[in-house]
Amino acid sequence: MAQTAEAPVTPPPTRDERVGRKSTLGRLLARPEAGAIAGAIVIYLFFFIIAPPFRNASSFSNTLYVTSTYGLMATPVALLMIGGEFDLSAGVAVTSSALCASLFSYEFTTNAWVGVLVALALSLLIGFINGWVVVKTGIPSFLVTLGTFFMLQGLNLALTQTITNQVASPDISTLDGFGSAQKVFASSFTVGGVNIRITVIYWIVFVIIATWILLRTRFGNWIFAVGGSPVSARAVGVPVARMKIGLFMAVGFMAWFTGMHTLFQFNTIQSGQGVGNEFVYIIAAVVGGCLLTGGYGSAVGAAIGALIFGMVNQGIIYAGWNPYWFTFFVGALLLGAILLNTYIRRRAEASV
Amino acid sequence: MTTPQDSPAGKHAAPETTQTSPVVPPARNGSGGPPLVRLVNAGKRYGAVIALHDITMEVSAGEVTCVLGDNGAGKSTLIKIIAGLHQPSSGTYEVEGTPVAFDSPRQALEHGIATVYQDLAVVPLMPVWRNFFLGNEVRKGPRMDIPAMKKMCKDELLAMGIDLRDVDQPIGTLSGGERQCVAISRAVHFGAKVLILDEPTAALGVKQSGVVLKYIVQARERGLGVIFITHNPHHAYPVGDRFLLLNRGASIGNYEKNQVTRDELTGLMAGGTELEQLSHELESAGGAVADLGRSMEADVEELGISQQPTTTTESDAR
Repeated sequence: MAQTAEAPVTPPPTRDERVGRKSTLGRLLARPEAGAIAGAIVIYLFFFIIAPPFRNASSFSNTLYVTSTYGLMATPVALLMIGGEFDLSAGVAVTSSALCASLFSYEFTTNAWVGVLVALALSLLIGFINGWVVVKTGIPSFLVTLGTFFMLQGLNLALTQTITNQVASPDISTLDGFGSAQKVFASSFTVGGVNIRITVIYWIVFVIIATWILLRTRFGNWIFAVGGSPVSARAVGVPVARMKIGLFMAVGFMAWFTGMHTLFQFNTIQSGQGVGNEFVYIIAAVVGGCLLTGGYGSAVGAAIGALIFGMVNQGIIYAGWNPYWFTFFVGALLLGAILLNTYIRRRAEASV
Repeated sequence: MTTPQDSPAGKHAAPETTQTSPVVPPARNGSGGPPLVRLVNAGKRYGAVIALHDITMEVSAGEVTCVLGDNGAGKSTLIKIIAGLHQPSSGTYEVEGTPVAFDSPRQALEHGIATVYQDLAVVPLMPVWRNFFLGNEVRKGPRMDIPAMKKMCKDELLAMGIDLRDVDQPIGTLSGGERQCVAISRAVHFGAKVLILDEPTAALGVKQSGVVLKYIVQARERGLGVIFITHNPHHAYPVGDRFLLLNRGASIGNYEKNQVTRDELTGLMAGGTELEQLSHELESAGGAVADLGRSMEADVEELGISQQPTTTTESDAR
């Protein structure tokens, strides 16, 4: 007994030393978005130096716009990944939602807003189905959403073809309510001579909301828990199934929002678009520090990941390079980010 | 709860219950009330398999009951019954004198019976304080009251003697023993009256085990009842007040500390008769194996555990 009483006295001082040593650089590096911030600065400086057109404010505003169209979706996709799941159908779900709104309001000659609401219901339903199947069957979400990805892709093409005899949805700009919907989803304003698209504002707002939820609310705590260790989360009473379905539905909601932007920006939707974007969202989340295995990551990181993507996307154009180089860069960024994340995770999980 | 089929079993165990129950509750329990948890002649069948047979045990406030047994002895079935995952197929389960039938672990938790499992129910990548309050977050309107939670977590851990300077570190960076202690103090903080600890020292080194044993003692001093499941008599003996030994789903002894010595406990755990049999089998195999058998036989004799029925051990101890 004397020994057992003595043993615990020693650990505290040694542990305190270690905390002190780690707190300076280590804690900064331990933030999920640390690598992404460093990467974003390097890439910004790189294109700032080599591509003169990249430097002016209007082209940066343009870069931000491109970023926001991906960043909106990357936000819930990051939350979903922190919650331990994937959604490969996220890219085409955006198109499905836009097609639904467009075709519904056009074919039934309703107010554009009716189509918008029907599309919202559809998008939430797609998210619910993805989540429900994953939770009920225990099949990896990679496979479930791969299935819904192909199903939606087929539906987008086939139904559009059947209904309109074309590969794109009809122009809905003459419908009632189009103007007001366009104001909400696809307007822009000017600040100091620079045109700013409203999606940039939405994107920033949604990132702030997502970050607040993740770090400051009980739901955020639960998102980390269901991704980090679903068994443990269930053991302490976290409703794991409901959380996961909710996260899939959040992706559905944002697919709707992004889809509405696309629709009211261009008045018409190509039924084949959106394929491949699901990877962009996942790449943005991973570059931003989300672990593929769940339980770790941040919404701000995903936003910075999307910004990196947007900067490379536009920077290559401004630099006058062959755009084919773009995918190579994105792939290299992803690989680099994964290596960095794996290293960070090992550090975080390693026993003292 | 009591079905006709278990009445013969009831006769068997009746003397044992009368032997222990009158002695103990007044001893530690200040109020002299009934024990926090008591199983009487409890058994569990899974179809034709009898996983647990005729178990009688109890734990009172400020007391540690150790459940000892080798793999497959029925320890996990016993925990599952007490934790509310399973209901006993026979016998009764009482909490503070009232018979209960739990449908889920949550109901057991509502009665103050908390289980700290081997896998601990912690999320390694999450900070200590988030783990501590996971599922029981303190809220202020829609958001969490983070400063309050951090402080409560730190204070609660300090009360258990764990001095963490930084409750923001991922719980995965703590050592196994420290993680156990966080899990224990979490259960205590959320109103546990009885702690069930499932092999908390099994995966730990000597020093870490010592740390955990210290917290078990501390939980006892704070007036909790502790059910400590282990297969290591050296861990059980220093902290335990009562010892229930299981073998092949049945009780092979139920002692208070003054009725048994550490060596006897070790001997019973090792299964004196079985060891002796094993040594004979090894000897008959011949060669080097026979040498092993002979040395084993010598060990059995040295421990003084050969062929002793449990009753003799008990009277010897007095």
